[in-house]
Amino acid sequence: MTSELSRRTFLTRTGLLGCSLAASPLITPVSFAQTPWDTRLVVIILRGGMDGLDAVQPYGDPALRTLRGDLSAGPQGGAIDLDGYFAMHPALAPLVPMWEAQQLAFVHAVSTPYRDKRSHFDGQDLLEAGTSELVGARDGWLNRMLQAVPGVHAQTAYAIGRGDMQVLQGAAEVANWAPGSELRLSPQAIRLMELVAASDPAMLNALNEAQLLTEASREGVTQRVPGYVQVAEFAAQQLSKDARIAAFSLNGWDTHSNQGNTLRPALERLAETLTTLKSKMRGNTWKKTAVIAMTEFGRTARQNGTRGTDHGTGGLMVLAGGAIRGGRVYGDWPGLGDGALYQDRDLMPTGDVRAHTGWIMRGLMGLDQSVIENAIFPGVDLGSDAGLLL
Amino acid sequence: MSPLVPGPTDVDAMLRGLQGPDAIVDRFPIEPFSIFRQRMVAVREQITIRRKNRGTPAAAAARKQRNVLNKEARIAMFEWLGQTMLRRAHTPTAFRERLVAFWADHFTALGKAGVARRATSPYIEDAIRPNLNGNFADLLQATVMHPLMLDYLDQIQSMGPESERAAKMGPKKKRGLNENLAREVMELHTLGVDGPYTQEDVTQLAELFTGMSFQPRNGFKFRKDFVEPGAETVLGKTYPDAYNVAPVRAVLSDLATHPATTRHIAHKLAVHFVTDDPDPDLVDHIEAAFAKSGGELMSLYEALVTHPAAWAPQLVNFKPPIDFVSSSLRGLGLPDGAFAAFTERDFRQVFATGLVLMGQQWERPGGPDGWPEEDGEWITPQGLAARVRWAMVMPQRIMGGALPDPREFVETALGRHGNDAVRFAAAAAESKPEAIGLVLMSPAFQRR
Repeated sequence: MTSELSRRTFLTRTGLLGCSLAASPLITPVSFAQTPWDTRLVVIILRGGMDGLDAVQPYGDPALRTLRGDLSAGPQGGAIDLDGYFAMHPALAPLVPMWEAQQLAFVHAVSTPYRDKRSHFDGQDLLEAGTSELVGARDGWLNRMLQAVPGVHAQTAYAIGRGDMQVLQGAAEVANWAPGSELRLSPQAIRLMELVAASDPAMLNALNEAQLLTEASREGVTQRVPGYVQVAEFAAQQLSKDARIAAFSLNGWDTHSNQGNTLRPALERLAETLTTLKSKMRGNTWKKTAVIAMTEFGRTARQNGTRGTDHGTGGLMVLAGGAIRGGRVYGDWPGLGDGALYQDRDLMPTGDVRAHTGWIMRGLMGLDQSVIENAIFPGVDLGSDAGLLL
Repeated sequence: MSPLVPGPTDVDAMLRGLQGPDAIVDRFPIEPFSIFRQRMVAVREQITIRRKNRGTPAAAAARKQRNVLNKEARIAMFEWLGQTMLRRAHTPTAFRERLVAFWADHFTALGKAGVARRATSPYIEDAIRPNLNGNFADLLQATVMHPLMLDYLDQIQSMGPESERAAKMGPKKKRGLNENLAREVMELHTLGVDGPYTQEDVTQLAELFTGMSFQPRNGFKFRKDFVEPGAETVLGKTYPDAYNVAPVRAVLSDLATHPATTRHIAHKLAVHFVTDDPDPDLVDHIEAAFAKSGGELMSLYEALVTHPAAWAPQLVNFKPPIDFVSSSLRGLGLPDGAFAAFTERDFRQVFATGLVLMGQQWERPGGPDGWPEEDGEWITPQGLAARVRWAMVMPQRIMGGALPDPREFVETALGRHGNDAVRFAAAAAESKPEAIGLVLMSPAFQRR
């Protein structure tokens, strides 16, 4: 049962430290026991606060036009009508086939429990911690999910990229990697590197992992494409093999000024990320996949004085993948009219991103409701299942 | 440690060094923003020519000239990267360079578009360096009111909804406030996110900030017609209208000495210079001295370096990538003219690409909160793999045949922190570049 050993103790016990780890057949992914589920989960953190009201525009709500002079003009402004009430921002046009195939969905007017201070950094910390308040444990909810199930090994879950992915950090071992990071050293250099780093367990562990993951990412990603495409390709490669979970970030959502120009590239990156995941996953992997993209908060319902939006509360979740019951906009729409806004300022949150994520994980991995409510998202009110999965 | 420059003999010397002349600036100059903004003027001129002559050869020439100006600024940015590395490698007052980096990160600012994207080093030269040893209120004003900060945090366009200018533009344009700078000043620069401010304080401060703007030709510009009429109340204190910068300076001075600010700065300084989880007594000590002095930065630094917790013998904090690279160059004895023949391509290959892979792209932190302090953010498989690759290749590329003997390098680079494992590795490596790389990758060099 190699999967029950942490990789560190495994390597120490088998005396592999000090020789070329990458060459050992014992540590290639195929030697690990199968994870108890076969579905795939991708979590994308949209950092900076995505404007849900511009990404998926409630043009059927008459108050939208009063709140937004220049932005979110609905189908008249080129947005793509989804259901006669909501329309998708034109920059998401590459996702139309996915919407039509019912593999793309949105949940509107959702938030974390974070309120009022409207700090990106605290907002993201709470989003990734999955708790109700920013106190105590600093591990991420996706890591606590891994802690709650048996059979997880060190390459079940990948945190991809060069920034921090707190959502996946914690006691359960996960792979932290970015395409293009390969470490190729001679056997002698590896031996000496490990000798030098031996007095520093954190460094030694990271260096050992770098060698393992260099081997695991052998196939490489397309060169000369943007970094976020490489991240999506790498995620698709790993998920097509033994990985079951991937988490990464997309930045650039903090659109305080000239949002007409500044939001577009961020949405285009999101669209290309989703289409890349779909096209680069092999076999029927995409069919078994749920992608959840979430952000720390939405933005002000009113556009601000510089044709942008400031930090708000209620926002939008983006769902994609063959496992999603797509082609619809979910959520309990609170309206934008007089008295409907949160603090007369922001979209009123009517749902908790954690509850929707909890139901998706319950469906994908067969988790007990009590595990979700007590361990993964302590204190969450799951409410009723919105039926986000097929 | 440097083979070229002796370290300070004691704490007094460290502090005296901060008050002496900033000689390294003359030796390795970087363009100040007051000069840099002429580049922005020149680009705007070309844009205007192009707009007025659409479809003519003059427009095509203007476009070409604009591209030349953009490229010049980009190359200049890389040259200033080199100058920054040379300053760090040669300075006799290393503490000053550490503090410049600390405050440049605390007051992170970068341009949003065009040549302004190259303006971070010039901003540091203007706003941070000259204000390093004065009062925190002056540093706060110099940074928050700096054109690059006004650009970065969207202040330039922000105007009072009831201002003269907004009235002139008419109700259809719906111009008004942008609260980005106001929020980040309280959350990041002064009180801290746990500080005693509300959304109403953010809005009031945003109203108070209206009028701060920038013109490339003239620099900072106060626009009376952008000012929101009426007094504003921030943290319970009311600031009457003045239609000049006086209320802005007043509120920043008050924020600078607020007890929440003092606590926030004291804690951040201890985390940055000592350890992620500093001794509460150290933070209390710094906080008390900083408060007592009324925000004098020399008192802040003195409290840090005279407390025993700052001199614990263990190396703790993991160096961020830029500090790892610059301290490597200091340890190697980087020659004055090392980058004299460097092209843009050289700077990219030697510094820019490696720093991206290590997780710290040059002058491109992810947000106004700057780079993370936590060691765990840097000790990642992908980050360390990039450090190993840099350490084993780039010193050779930079130093050419002048790489030191690895066995001696253990002693110069690590001093009393050298150990037998490193000495063995330095002697047993298959090549000199690999041996140097192993010394640079030793925990004693990676931590401080």
